[in-house]
Amino acid sequence: MIRAHVLICGGTGCTSSGSNKIINAFNESIAAHDLKDEIKVVQTGCFGLCALGPVVIVHPDGTFYSRVEEGDVDEIVREHLLKGRVVDRLVYKDTGNYDEHHSHVALSDTVFYKTQNRVVLRNCGVINPESIDEYIAMDGYAALGKVLTEMTPDEVIQVILDSGLRGRGGGGFPTGRKWALTAPNKAPQKYVVCNADEGDPGAFMDRSVLEGDPHCLVEAMTIAGYAIGATQGYVYVRAEYPIAVARLQIAIDQAREYGLLGKNIFGSGFDFDLHIRLGAGAFVCGEETALMTSIEGNRGEPRPRPPYPAVKGLFGMPTVENNVETFANVPQIILRGAEWFASMGTERSKGTKVFALGGKIKNTGLVEIPMGTTLREIIDEIGGGIPNGKQFKAAQTGGPSGGCIPASLIDTPVDYDNLVAIGCMMGSGGLIVMDEDTCMVDMAKFFLEFTVDESCGKCTPCRVGTQRLLEMLNKITSGKGTLEDIDELEQLCYYIKENSLCGLGQTAPNPVLSTLKFFRDEYVAHVVDKKCPAGVCKDLLTYVIDAEKCIGCGMCAKQCPAEAIARTDYIAPGHKLASFAIDAEKCVKCGACVGTCKFKAISKQ
Amino acid sequence: MKSLAELQAIKEKMQGKVALREGSGDKRVVVGMATCGIAAGARPVLNAFVEQVNAAGLTASVTVTQTGCIGICQFEPVVEVFEAGKEKVTYVKMTADKVARIVEEHLKGGKPVAEYTIGYTEL
Repeated sequence: MIRAHVLICGGTGCTSSGSNKIINAFNESIAAHDLKDEIKVVQTGCFGLCALGPVVIVHPDGTFYSRVEEGDVDEIVREHLLKGRVVDRLVYKDTGNYDEHHSHVALSDTVFYKTQNRVVLRNCGVINPESIDEYIAMDGYAALGKVLTEMTPDEVIQVILDSGLRGRGGGGFPTGRKWALTAPNKAPQKYVVCNADEGDPGAFMDRSVLEGDPHCLVEAMTIAGYAIGATQGYVYVRAEYPIAVARLQIAIDQAREYGLLGKNIFGSGFDFDLHIRLGAGAFVCGEETALMTSIEGNRGEPRPRPPYPAVKGLFGMPTVENNVETFANVPQIILRGAEWFASMGTERSKGTKVFALGGKIKNTGLVEIPMGTTLREIIDEIGGGIPNGKQFKAAQTGGPSGGCIPASLIDTPVDYDNLVAIGCMMGSGGLIVMDEDTCMVDMAKFFLEFTVDESCGKCTPCRVGTQRLLEMLNKITSGKGTLEDIDELEQLCYYIKENSLCGLGQTAPNPVLSTLKFFRDEYVAHVVDKKCPAGVCKDLLTYVIDAEKCIGCGMCAKQCPAEAIARTDYIAPGHKLASFAIDAEKCVKCGACVGTCKFKAISKQ
Repeated sequence: MKSLAELQAIKEKMQGKVALREGSGDKRVVVGMATCGIAAGARPVLNAFVEQVNAAGLTASVTVTQTGCIGICQFEPVVEVFEAGKEKVTYVKMTADKVARIVEEHLKGGKPVAEYTIGYTEL
């Protein structure tokens, strides 16, 4: 009889830090200690605390081990699983309320998890994603059963409408309305499409659902098919997500075997089947019309709307397209009711939202919180704050299509409308935290470089406009810009927004516009004072050695890759050796010398 | 899958197997599994609890887990039962045979088996 479960994260993050080896080591050690019949090892999806991987959780006590290495496994088996003694040194020390005397922190007790409300991620890190039976044990496919046996398609759409669920891919269009617009359109074939082409740098919410709870998506898409009268579904997922693709395929195969996909599901007469289409990783294919063009086998380029996909979508047929996270909410809404869902969140943004926390923050990882949680709670409490005692400067939401939230607005409740009101957007959920060492002009330039690369080239405002924007930003960061350039930059941003064909171009200038709005002084400092206040833009930096502090040891000169540091004739009072100086002409501004000086004589200005 | 009943059957079969991960039930059965406990035979006791709690369908309300040395080695195997709002009950010199009564009378019936407890044993 099994008395304990060892859950080991098999998400992409933990897999890359070696969780497969840990799983093997556990199996071997458990066999060696003759515990095979008592302990079960389960590979699960992502637990969310990716920064601490590989993550291992032991149930029933819920002990949470982080950064487990292969060599630690035998100790956990011997001490914890055999003798019941928790291996303290490996237990996650909760940021916030860690206390030496109560170090046995269970996962559910950590600040990181306690503040969250896991609806979409409820099964991630709890079940084995490759077992349909475990999904069913967690009420899986019960929503599909209810829909097919008790509800009409109209009733299903009404529940989704009433719940207030809005598209989690970034746009925030009401999901129920999308379904209601598609359902009445008569056609020989309709389609349900899932957008799993998660392309924002630093975003991995959808991947986590696909890896940790793939059956949830299969169930939700089948429900959507019933609601709109479609019998065929496609999941468009990027080929860069091999684990997600493999698990989703397993889930589809298992569902077919159980008759949860295919003909006459639950004896209701309803047929539905699902196929995976792999994307080659073009960012533009996250745009709905480009995505459908790509599924059709053509080059992934957007087309003008209308006609909207609800009328003429995939293969010219009425199509509902939703994002992974949107779908993942659906079974829970059906089972627990629209009122339950609508009780979470704010006035016009219901439910929860998953964010991928990244950048200058202690707990990088995945968090799910009710809509309306303030940025301060996300960063200081769940995220554990900014490392190295630095100051919070801004957070970028929505990746290359979004904008930044400055420190002055840190108490803004995060929901669709509040973010739009401050010139930002929810986006798909990437949340990149920046500290005082980040240059906002440089940050805008980073995202522009991305959109220049990813612009498909079909329309001129985006293809040429983003390129010109980037050139202007380069001019500013290299100290050659003028105040007029800033004004032109802003004008061009609005032009691109208004004239681009699809969402990619229409949102590409957002990082520039929002940094101009909140950090215009930094742009001005770059062009007027020729200084980068954060000390990032290399062309505006000079490294100098304070001759009074320099003792003449020469450590910096040895480190310099450009041989730009040489001894001078000057001996400072109280010193024995002549000091060194940096030749600004030769200096490549790598900063290597700063760290070598024990006397803090080198600074950047 | 042709009916909801089939789905329900799979759910019921699997539920006991994943209940372990749902966090602690109201009652916690903690078996002392330090060297002294294992030497005195704590493992068969632990396994007997796991099996019988499952068999009795109590997995939702009872968590069976283990701990290190409780500190009264001469009374091992020691089993403690914790329940919110109630005083801890400590069973001593446990054997696998004694488990059935504890599951039936204490965990199911709510009445501790007095003669197995530490208060009953000569100190």
